This record gives sequence, structure tokens and C-alpha cells, in this order.
Amino acid sequence: MKGLGAPIEAPRWVTHLLVPAINLALALIMSGLLILALGEDPFQAISILAYGAFGYPEAIGYTLYYTTNFIFTGLAVAMAFHCYLFNIGGEGQAYLGGLGAGLIALAIGHWPAPIVIIIAIMAAALFGGIWGFIPGWLQAKRGSHIVITTIMFNFIAAILMTYLMVEILIEPGQQAAESRDFESGAFLPRIHDILALIGIDAGHSALNLSFVLAILCSVGFWFFVWRTRWGYEIRTVGQNESAGIYGGILPSRAIIVAMCISGALAGLVGVNEILGVHHRLLLEFTAGYGFVGIAVALMGRNHPFGIFFAALLFGALYQGGNDLAFDMPSIRREMVVVIQGLVILFSGALENMFRPRIEALFVRRAQAATAAE
Amino acid sequence: MAASDDGRIVSPPTDAATPPALEVIGIEKWFGTVHANSNVSVRVAPGTIHGVIGENGAGKSTLMSVVYGYYQADSGEIRVNGEAINIKSPQHAISHGIGMVHQHFMLVDTFTVLENIVLGAENGRLLAPSLATARDELERLERDYNLEVDPEAIVGALPVGVQQRVEILKALYRGADILILDEPTGVLTPQEVDHLFRILAALREQGKTIILITHKLREIMALTDEVTVMRGGEVITQVKTAETTREDLAAMMVGRTVLLRVAKGDAHPGEALLEVESLSVVDRTGITRVKDVSFSMRAGEILGIAGVAGNGQSELLEALAGIFPIQSGHIRIKGEEISSRTAEASRKLRAAGVAHVPEDRQRMGLVTSFEANESGILGYHRNEKYNGRVLMDYRATIADVGRQMEEYDVRPPLPRLRTGAFSGGNQQKIVLGREMDRDPDILLVGQPTRGVDIGAIEFIHRRLVEMRDHGKAVLLVSVELDEIMSLSDRILVMFNGEIVGEVVANQANEQTLGLMMAGERQPKRTAANS
Repeated sequence: MKGLGAPIEAPRWVTHLLVPAINLALALIMSGLLILALGEDPFQAISILAYGAFGYPEAIGYTLYYTTNFIFTGLAVAMAFHCYLFNIGGEGQAYLGGLGAGLIALAIGHWPAPIVIIIAIMAAALFGGIWGFIPGWLQAKRGSHIVITTIMFNFIAAILMTYLMVEILIEPGQQAAESRDFESGAFLPRIHDILALIGIDAGHSALNLSFVLAILCSVGFWFFVWRTRWGYEIRTVGQNESAGIYGGILPSRAIIVAMCISGALAGLVGVNEILGVHHRLLLEFTAGYGFVGIAVALMGRNHPFGIFFAALLFGALYQGGNDLAFDMPSIRREMVVVIQGLVILFSGALENMFRPRIEALFVRRAQAATAAE
Repeated sequence: MAASDDGRIVSPPTDAATPPALEVIGIEKWFGTVHANSNVSVRVAPGTIHGVIGENGAGKSTLMSVVYGYYQADSGEIRVNGEAINIKSPQHAISHGIGMVHQHFMLVDTFTVLENIVLGAENGRLLAPSLATARDELERLERDYNLEVDPEAIVGALPVGVQQRVEILKALYRGADILILDEPTGVLTPQEVDHLFRILAALREQGKTIILITHKLREIMALTDEVTVMRGGEVITQVKTAETTREDLAAMMVGRTVLLRVAKGDAHPGEALLEVESLSVVDRTGITRVKDVSFSMRAGEILGIAGVAGNGQSELLEALAGIFPIQSGHIRIKGEEISSRTAEASRKLRAAGVAHVPEDRQRMGLVTSFEANESGILGYHRNEKYNGRVLMDYRATIADVGRQMEEYDVRPPLPRLRTGAFSGGNQQKIVLGREMDRDPDILLVGQPTRGVDIGAIEFIHRRLVEMRDHGKAVLLVSVELDEIMSLSDRILVMFNGEIVGEVVANQANEQTLGLMMAGERQPKRTAANS
């Protein structure tokens, strides 16, 4: 029957692969022009960047270590977004997550390793979750806008951490605002150590078991959002709050649950950084991962599969960018940040610039094909 | 203007030699796989009212959008007064004397009538001279066409019927000779409809050509000279209105014979299932939407709530469904007091056997971005049937919603399809299927056939009557008076939040109901609880 068919939509590979690829290509072309303007060879720069990200085992290890952080923060932003909340507070939630993990490691680090690590991971999720809960509660019950409150909570987290590190947790007799090192029971095993056990030489990188945790979280994320009634309720409220109320769903509860989980996911960055790498509490270990998570979620279209690849891209940019800054003297660390910024700009902020046109092109093609039948 | 015996307004005879005011020839328009217009040809004689009738998705709106320049036809020709023209945009259409009055008005609420009319047609940078010339022109138009509108009134404060006149004036001010009206009576009271019809007849007197798009057969019969019937993107026929009947037109629209009247036997009301006592509802801005309303509804009856949109029926329905918080009063379901003040009332009401088909399926009844199976369990998603211990049982959901879709004739019956991809009528059947499938004792229904085509209307009405015959109580809120009158056993009329009258349906007539809908109280009001 006419008029009852589904409207033609662009093929999924166009929406999910071609459009991001075009956006990424444009970002790289713009970066290339900038590198050219600095008097360097853009193709050489790209090859250094790619080699620096994937060229040798350590590079791959560090790329995946960064990827781990971006998966956590990307999932965090996506979870909130499924409830139509824009969680800008990943940075603060990650900071608090690290604090939680660190406090456990300092307190019971001498206990058996698996127990310390499991409790510390739970503490990271709990602390991050609380830092998501408060803005969520304020949004749900008081109507305070989540964007404003999460931004403010980033500042509160930063000030709180500075206070705690400088006044309370600092190792006595030290100048740097860092805690004492944890007992080795609180160290999250490195992947290269594990691979060495089975005879594989993976160099020496910061990549640790948090990466496995990130993959588990991605799978769990998918089941939670699309296969549980809590996920169903969160998505319903996010897509159509009136329909949620009609369906007997409390929007306030959905908002709070989504923000708690969002905060907990961001908090797990603390596991990667504190338990996996630094092995002590310190300042500013979140290094902007929370903000990049917004771009990761946007680019990954709030789906764990997309988020994985977007996180991998940013991980590669971070790691390859380090090598680039090292190998090409006229390209400073700041230039690498500019390249990352261009990727965020084109794949995040300008995501809708080309997508409608490209999709329309394929819709027209499909129409022509069906009309010709 | 002369009225014939049967009440139809007769048009002046048209000269066969003059070219049609508007002629479309062989219009083709595709949207994806949908052939929205297939070889569509229509001739509209000058100085006549021409009806275009068809179900939703029949292609009538597409055709008019092509004529008005919103879309370009894939092929075909448009002629105005015999001259072939290529209409690229609405501005272009206006310059050829084609004006359009949209279903949803395109007015700035905070502007005056005059400012709205001048908007986009200012001549010069300074507003004052444009407004002065516009005022003179407006006065002339109002005199000629009997359109009573105060040019200085703020549009947002005007009743809907008057706002519509502003839309008509806007088109006339821009020099429209051909006026297209898209479903113009949907939001009007019967009295306002009469007024509109008088205006349209006056416009025809003055030689304007009017194209009326509608799905209401009554309007076609009452007003038009000729009618074009569309179905599935094609023109089925173009006939003189005098030479056809409602039944014939309906059959041509749907492609089979349809029952225009709902076939139903007498009601056998049982015990009172729903009792409402002194219910008041106040909205967020502090305005009382429902004032001291009392009534009861019994098993085995359909209780209709009539009223012009915005007189508290929506809030009453949502209050009964546990969505809109109540201010004071009591609601009793099967004798048990329901406190509708808690946020989870709608869940508790579902458990108590109350199902609710909301007035606006897209705003409330469904989530358009969800797959149909996900929309098909909204409100029942905690039901054991759809849940395992932790995860939801996705297969059971798809199977169950798929079965509902088959039973309620949703086309296509594909539970994996995105909800928004279904047509309005089929979305409505998804909601009805979901709510009726629980075998509720009380069904609250709002605007069950809004934006639904004739074939589906027949189906939905039959299902509602079946529920009644199975001893369920059905509360029907609708702004379609025809629907209320043909389905209900008893009718309550709401005006300004109050019940102003109660009528037994088979004694109701349109005039008295129309007067009550406009706020006139029933002369001898029967007790609210009958």
C-alpha cells in the first residue's frame, strides 16, 4: 500500500561511517594546511603521528591507555545524553573517582590485592557517582540546569582536591602536593606484564587492566540502555518526558539514575590513572579527559561501539601527537592540541554541517533507484 | 447569495468558455518510494468553490504544496487562467494570485491584526506609511467580504475563528484570486464554521476562486460546487457536487463502501465504575482548568465529553488518568478512592484497570524515535510478560506487540519499524492496541480519530463500541461533534472548565450542543449524576 512504507533514510553506513570519515578527513586537511603554513611537510607529520600512535608495541599500549580514559568519559556523557542531559562534569567526576580509589588504596592497600582493587574500583564509581548525583538531584528536584551545575562541580572538585592534597593527604616532608605511594597490592596490573607471562613482548606502557574494565563497561552500557527497564525508562524520559509521565515513569528518578551512572563511569578514569599508572594521589591527573568525552560521545553517536572507535581516534591523537611534538621541533605541544581541537570541531560541533547534505544525496539516489524500478 | 431549499448555497453559473482559474495537468511527485502524486489533473473553474477530498496520505496536501510552491513537481504543468506557469516558491505563487490559509495559522500572536497582515508585504523601510495604506486597504476588504476584524486587536487575544479570518485577510491583501484553505474547520465551533462558510460564499460572489481541502464530507456537500476525490496519490474522479452523495464520495475516498454511521445497539449500563465528585484542576500558571466537575460513568456505556478545544476537557481527561494533578475533589474507581496527587498515579490507575488513550499520541502516547515494539509497551514495561530477572525480554516484547499490531490492523505490522515511520492512523492503532489489549474496565479516550483516515476511523469506532458491549465504561473526549454524537450514549458538554449540560445522545442535536459548547447553559439542567 502506498504511504505506509518507511520513509527512505540514508543507509546506516553513510550515517555511521561515511559522515564521520568525511568530518575527520576535513579536520586533517585543515591541520595539514596549518602544518604547511608552519613550513613543515603535512604528509610527513601525518606519518609521524600515525607511527607514533600505532607503529610499535609501546605506542599501541599508550594509545589504548588514553583510549581507556576516553571510553569511560565518552560512555559517561552518552549515558546522560540518553536521558537528554548534557553532563559537562566528567572532569570533576573523574577527579572525585580518583580520590575515591586513592583513599581506599591508602587506607587498606596492605590487604590482599584483588580485594583492595575491587573495593577501590567500587569507591571510584561511588565517588564519581555522588558527583553526578548532586547535579542530577538539583536538576530533577530543583530545576537547576545540569550544564551550569556540572560546570560548577568541576570547579568545586578541583578546589576540594587542591585542599585535600595540600593540607591533608600530602606526604609529610614533601614539597609536591602528592600522597605517599600505595602498597603494591593496590597497583592495577599492566597489560605488558600480563602478556609477558604468556611470552609476548609488548614493550612497556601505561596500559593496564582498566582497559578491560572499559570494554566490560561498554558491553554493560549497551545491555543497560537497550535491554533493561531502567534503560528503557531513561530513554523514554530523554526522548519524550510527557510520554514518560504518561507511562508511569518518574522523570526525576530517571534523571537521577542516569546522572549517578554517568558520574560513576567518569569516575572510573580515576581507576586507570590512580590505580593503573600513578599509584599515588596527585593533582590534575584528569588532564581534560572529561571534556574530550563530550566529543567522543558526539562522534560515537552515544553508542558504545561508536564510542570505542571515537575514543581510539582520540587516544591515537594524544599518543601520536606526543611523538609528533617530539620529532618535529616546529610543531609544539600546542599545535597538537590545535589538531585535536579541529577534530573536535569538525566531528563534534560541526557534525551537522555536512551530514544533512550527504544523507540527502544518498536518499535521492535511493529514490532514483526505486523510481526507476 | 441565494440558498436553495436543501440549505446548500448555490453558485452563480460559470461560463464554459473561460479558462479554468487553476488547472494542474499530469502532476507527478515522489517522496522516496512513496508516489505522493501520480498523474494528477484537476480543473478549477473561476468563481467556484472546489473541494479536494481524500484520506490522510491521499496526496491532497502534496498537491496543494506543489501548487503553492513548497515543493516542485517531478513533472506536470500548472496553469493559472490558462497560462502555464512555473511556481518556484510561495512568494511566486502569491505573485500569481494564489493564496493559502494553513491548518496551523502562520501568525505572530503578539502583533496586532494590521501588523500581521503587513508582515512580509511592507512597502518601504518605514513602517508607518505601510501601515496607513494597509489600514485603508484592509477596511475596503472587510467591507467587501463581510470580514469583521478589528485591525488594532492583538492576534493572540482573538478567538480561533477570528484568527482564521486574519489569515484570509492576509491572503486577500496580497492580491489572492485563488484561495486555498487546508482543513479550515478543524478548530472551529459549529457556529464559527457557519460564519466561515458565509465568508467563503461571499468571496465566491465577488469572483474569487476557492479550493477547500478537507476530509469532512458534510462540508463538501454544504459548500462546494465541484469536488475532486483523491486516493493513493491519484485523482479518482472530479464531479459536480450536486450530482453525487456523501456515501458515494466516502466509497470513492476509501475504495470500498464504508459505514458512516456507527452501527450500535442500545446501551445496557451496569454499576457505576467511575465516580467524579467536585473535581477541580489548576494548571501551573494558577488558572483553574476544571471547575467543580461531578459525574459518574457506568459499566457498558460510552460517555462523551463535548466542547470546543481548550475548555478543560484535556485537563479533565489527564486528571482522571493520573497525569494532571488534581486540586480538590474525589475520583472513585469501582467505589475505591484514588488519590491522583502522587506522581506515580498513572501506574496505579493502570493496575486498577484504567487504560488511557491520550489526546496527542505523538506528544504523550508514543515515543516516535523508538521502535514500535518499545512504544507498544509504554506504561506496561514493568509487566512480568516483558521482563526477565534483570534484562527485559526483548523477544517476548516483539512477539506480543507484533500480535497486537496484527489484531489492531496496524500497517505494516512490523514491530521493529520506528514508531515515527507509521502514518498517523497506524500510530493511533498502536496506542489503541496497547491500551485495549489489557482488557481494562475503564477506557479513557481522547481524540481517538484525530488525523486518522476514514477506514481507520470506522475500525476504531467499532472497537470502542465493542468494548462498551463487553460491559466496559468508555469515556470519550473529542472535539469532533459528529464523533461524540454517533458514539456516545450520554453526552456532557464542557465550557470554560465546567459541565454546562448533559444530554442523552439519541436526543441530542447539533444546534443545542453547539450553543452549549459556546457557553450557553442548558435551560433545565438535569442532575449531573444520572
